[in-house]
Amino acid sequence: MSGRGWLARWPVIRQLRGQDGRSDAVRSPRTDALRPRTEDAATVARSICPYCAVGCGQLVYVEDGKVTQIEGDPDSPISRGRLCPKGSASKQLVTHPGRQTQVLYRRPYGTGWERLDLDTAMEMIADRVVRTRRETWEETHEGKVVRRTMGIASLGGATLDDEENYLMKKLYTALGAVQVENQARI
Amino acid sequence: MAECHPVGFQWVVEAKARGARVFHVDPRFTRTSALADRYLPIRAGSDIVLLGALINHVLANELDFREYVLAYTNAATLVSEDFRDTEDLDGLFSGWDPETGTYDPRSWAYEPVGEQPSAEQAEGGRRDAEAAGADTYGAGGPAAHPSPRTDPTLTHPRCVYQILKRHFARYTPELVEQLCGIPRDGFAELAEAVTANSGRERTTAWVYSVGWTQHTVGAQYIRTASILQLLLGNMGRPGGGILALRGHASIQGSTDIPTLFNILPGYLDMPNAHRHGGLDHYLELEGGTTGFWGNRRAYLVSLLKAWWGEAATEANDFCFGHLPRITGDHGHYTTVMGQIDGTVKGYFVVGENPAVGSSGGRAQRLGLANLDWLVVRDLTLVETATFWLDGPELETGETRTEDIGTEVFFLPAASHVEKEGTFTNTQRLLQWREKALDPVGDRRSELWFYYHLGKLIRQRLTDDEIDRPVRELTWDYPEHGVHREPSAAAVLREINGVGPDGRALSTSTQLRADGSTTCGCWIYCGVYADEVNQAARRRPGREQSAVAPEWGWAWPANKRILYNRASADPEGRPWSERKAYVWWDAERGEWTGHDVPDCEIGKPPGYVPPEGAFAQASLAGTDPFIMQSDGKGWLYVPTGLVDGPLPTHYEPHESPVGNPLYSQQANPARHTYHRPESPYNAPGGRFPYVLTTYRLTEHHTAGAMSRPLAYLAELQPELFCEVSPRLAEELGLVNGGWATIVTSRAVVEARVLVTGRVRPLRVGGRVVHQVGLPYHWGWGGGGLVTGDVANDLMPLVLDPNVYIQESKAMTCDVLPGRRPRGPAVLDLLERYRDG
Repeated sequence: MSGRGWLARWPVIRQLRGQDGRSDAVRSPRTDALRPRTEDAATVARSICPYCAVGCGQLVYVEDGKVTQIEGDPDSPISRGRLCPKGSASKQLVTHPGRQTQVLYRRPYGTGWERLDLDTAMEMIADRVVRTRRETWEETHEGKVVRRTMGIASLGGATLDDEENYLMKKLYTALGAVQVENQARI
Repeated sequence: MAECHPVGFQWVVEAKARGARVFHVDPRFTRTSALADRYLPIRAGSDIVLLGALINHVLANELDFREYVLAYTNAATLVSEDFRDTEDLDGLFSGWDPETGTYDPRSWAYEPVGEQPSAEQAEGGRRDAEAAGADTYGAGGPAAHPSPRTDPTLTHPRCVYQILKRHFARYTPELVEQLCGIPRDGFAELAEAVTANSGRERTTAWVYSVGWTQHTVGAQYIRTASILQLLLGNMGRPGGGILALRGHASIQGSTDIPTLFNILPGYLDMPNAHRHGGLDHYLELEGGTTGFWGNRRAYLVSLLKAWWGEAATEANDFCFGHLPRITGDHGHYTTVMGQIDGTVKGYFVVGENPAVGSSGGRAQRLGLANLDWLVVRDLTLVETATFWLDGPELETGETRTEDIGTEVFFLPAASHVEKEGTFTNTQRLLQWREKALDPVGDRRSELWFYYHLGKLIRQRLTDDEIDRPVRELTWDYPEHGVHREPSAAAVLREINGVGPDGRALSTSTQLRADGSTTCGCWIYCGVYADEVNQAARRRPGREQSAVAPEWGWAWPANKRILYNRASADPEGRPWSERKAYVWWDAERGEWTGHDVPDCEIGKPPGYVPPEGAFAQASLAGTDPFIMQSDGKGWLYVPTGLVDGPLPTHYEPHESPVGNPLYSQQANPARHTYHRPESPYNAPGGRFPYVLTTYRLTEHHTAGAMSRPLAYLAELQPELFCEVSPRLAEELGLVNGGWATIVTSRAVVEARVLVTGRVRPLRVGGRVVHQVGLPYHWGWGGGGLVTGDVANDLMPLVLDPNVYIQESKAMTCDVLPGRRPRGPAVLDLLERYRDG
């Protein structure tokens, strides 16, 4: 930058004079003093975008136990630091106020939600799985041994991790639940 | 691609900058079209005609890559005398049984040599129609004779090459113009570009998404592209291939390690009670003994050992009897019918939202309302969790909250940054995510949920025999942290597999059939090689070759291009310097190159298998398609498909256009549901327009991961329909105003977007209008923006090979203005159903 007066250094003037509006010509003392919010992050986790299946690299910045920013990972040979509108918005995906934090319960024929603590919900669900499995157990079907239940079904998996899909398939198969499906069928 | 996989599309733009020509074929003009060299609008549901005409262009002008075709495909193979084509039988292949609506596929086989497979061994047709059996070919091909009779001159009338030539002869540029609406000059330009850019020096790639799969002939769309790419020598080579861009982060992973009813990890078939006895009988029927798939006993026994550990012994068939048996179609849509019928009592829905995300949403919601109990796990209160409180059937008066008996548990889920684990992305790449922080409140990972649920269930077990498979299950993973989170790394290591020495295995060829190895998914064996989480590798791209082998880990064996042995000629030399990828190093006596060679590393190109060789030993040194029983790329599929050995054009289940090729209008083997919950649009003038659906850059699937986000909701706030200026004028639709879209399933209102991006097409001598709808809206789901459910309009009709629904091409009517409210919706539907 030259030593001329503030007016000449004003970015608008510099751009009108033909300097590149995407480079130094837009800098000012104020913008030079700005710091990225990622600078103070206590930790940075290397992650992958959860939307489509391209698999863009994400860096997740955490400060004081909160996600402060999610940015593209420039190291990724797939995405080279880029993210699309959804990937760029994914900090909101994990921090938006509509995300639920509590278990909710609707009793049969009930007209509203009720609170339930997680441990109680888990016990109740386990009870129902065991009961329904027993009540709907099919040892044979049309004279053939099948050892299964057609009373319990499951849907979902393509937004989850491989390890999660693995435990799901393993547990369901051991229980004899065969109606297990996910988004790949769609 | 620019809309739905934008960051992947950067590579297309970069290729274009380096001289590649880009064609975009799509019913709608998108950001992809804007950046393509040539945009070809197409009528939804007519792609086999376009691809078939390209095949015809290649064959009629002998533009195929003959050396590649002769060495690596089944072009020269002779087919049975009993085979009859659709061209002979007016749209049916030989073997059709009108009574069952299925094929007996045995006449499609190669000309018999030696011992023939028994009727129960014959794959494809009726057998695979029963339970989407073709899904199992995700890793290993069906059985065919490894050395059938051939005619290398390609002149025998029953050789595959000549059969293809006859079959596709009617797929002309004129037919493309007539059925797809693509003018002849556009087709000529495409045909010239595709053939000029294939051969020794150049390759062409095809990229597709659900625009090709969500049809009643979806699997055959991909088959048509496979034929074209094999003829042009574009498979297994850099810059070639047929690339599926999948829509969810780990939809590939959830297919490899399937939460799917008909397969086990690694594409092993779920045993079927009608077909399989014990382990030996199952293995005998599930493919050939040649090619790598011949090792499937080792794959399955290692899986059973991973699941049932010490309890699985040679004496008890390694607990093969612990696997429940399927008996037919237990897929998503049939399960919903089971809910409506009351046989399905309990339902887990995890990270999916069928109330708005599946076709024919009303049937989905009727099913949910008839359950005893429902567990929904998601980030937000998705519509599947709240249907009883605010679903559309309450508005129409069909149901009332106080009449719905379903007990609902909603459990909040941890997000992708609050847990660690791997996604398998669309390129078969496993990428490990580090956990950024612990989830708060009741939020938990699915790993936590299923592990602890499994423990609670095991506490409730009895000595009863039905509990034995759960009692004996290996279900003990290290726990850590405040929530007692099970170790995802330990699960990944179990998936990888462990050898007799207790160490993680390095590759699937180490797997044994004697019970001495464990492996949760044989195609993932090696992801934990050397006790290192290979999926967590993060060597920056700029420090590696373009192949980037040290970023994550790709199945199988970290190979980045499948079947890459085909990138070299039969003698093992690169087809050209420009396209060199892997090659035979005669001096060192092994294969080498830029990627892990997808063949046995020490097998010389000149290797000729001895008679009766087993598994990979049966593959010649020239065979690149190593998961096939004959090592060849199949131009013609003698076994394994449900609806025919060749792709042929059928109209969608609902179409305003007659099929000019045959009196057989639609795929005869398609899967339909004739029930009140599944009405179909009557043919004729009541539903005159073609309806198709798609995604927008700014939203994700049914919206639960995008509509609650302020940035994205603001960018795309409302459901809209795209219509051409001409249709708008005909119907009196005003840009920015409202339109009502009607099918026999539902009535939906949307804002009108009048745009030249949707063009009326001349099809069969008349104008056909297409209407496009993005499907991201729903009435709730925590959305900052809401709207009607586009998927409610869809019919329940499925591809018979894989049971994917036809949601990319159907018929509809369009009315100006907003839709009726309340019970008047039902009156309108009634009028349309009565015609």
